[in-house]
Amino acid sequence: MAMTRRVTLVWMLLLGITFASFVVGVEQGAGVASAAAVVIIGLALCKVRLIGIHFMDVRVAPRPLRLIFETYVLAVFVTLATLDLVVT
Amino acid sequence: MTATAPQEAQTRAELPDRRIPGEEGIWVFVLGDMTVFALFFATFMYSRGKNPDTFARDHASLNVALGTVNTVLLLTSSLFVVLAVQRVLTGAHRSAPRLFTAALACGLGFVIVKAVEWAHLFSEGKTVGSGEFFSYYFMFTGIHLAHVLIGCVVLSRLIAITRREELTGHTAMLCEAGGIFWHMVDLLWVVLFALFYLMR
Repeated sequence: MAMTRRVTLVWMLLLGITFASFVVGVEQGAGVASAAAVVIIGLALCKVRLIGIHFMDVRVAPRPLRLIFETYVLAVFVTLATLDLVVT
Repeated sequence: MTATAPQEAQTRAELPDRRIPGEEGIWVFVLGDMTVFALFFATFMYSRGKNPDTFARDHASLNVALGTVNTVLLLTSSLFVVLAVQRVLTGAHRSAPRLFTAALACGLGFVIVKAVEWAHLFSEGKTVGSGEFFSYYFMFTGIHLAHVLIGCVVLSRLIAITRREELTGHTAMLCEAGGIFWHMVDLLWVVLFALFYLMR
């Protein structure tokens, strides 16, 4: 039951982050589009991490697998945020 | 599947604290696929940075509400899959086929919404040849849609194998590996949704 409760809470959190991303996406002004994009990317990668850790069970995986997954999430965030802010 | 000696599905209590969810092969595939998609994401961001006005204009043609509905559908399907796999791993697999069926219904819902969305875009004359943004959009969401369809086939198979009276450890592993594939499909969509629908 604890597991059902945990994954259901994670699902609710994922829906909440989706709604927050939607609001940021709709409300982003022309002048702050880049900052909004970084926030949107950050929220998306938070969701990716939650899905990996709690749904794909990476939380119980051997350390190397967990390290690879966490590195992936961080690397994708840093790469996409950097490209958003630097490439013109 | 039938080659393994009959054995009870391993219960969660018997599982070691640290273990590879599913099996090693599925992780090689999933991490490889995620890496390819990461390159797609980076390519898209680079092109967007070079053509911000064109991308912002074409982005406005997408229906954010439909994209959001599809995100909710995939997240919900993932919840059903987690619960189904949990039932299988704890030996209480009788409700697993129902949960996998609910996940499949959400997956098919995603396909229908995507078809509606694409039909609308085609009717407006937007195709894969309608500029850089739509080339990326149709290519990446098309490749992702192929993953969803493969995932639906996987879920159909899992519904069939969990209907059996007794499950082997191998069957439990197949359910977990199939679930990991489905979650990857969900995970990739989460980023595609952010890049195409939310970022201006």
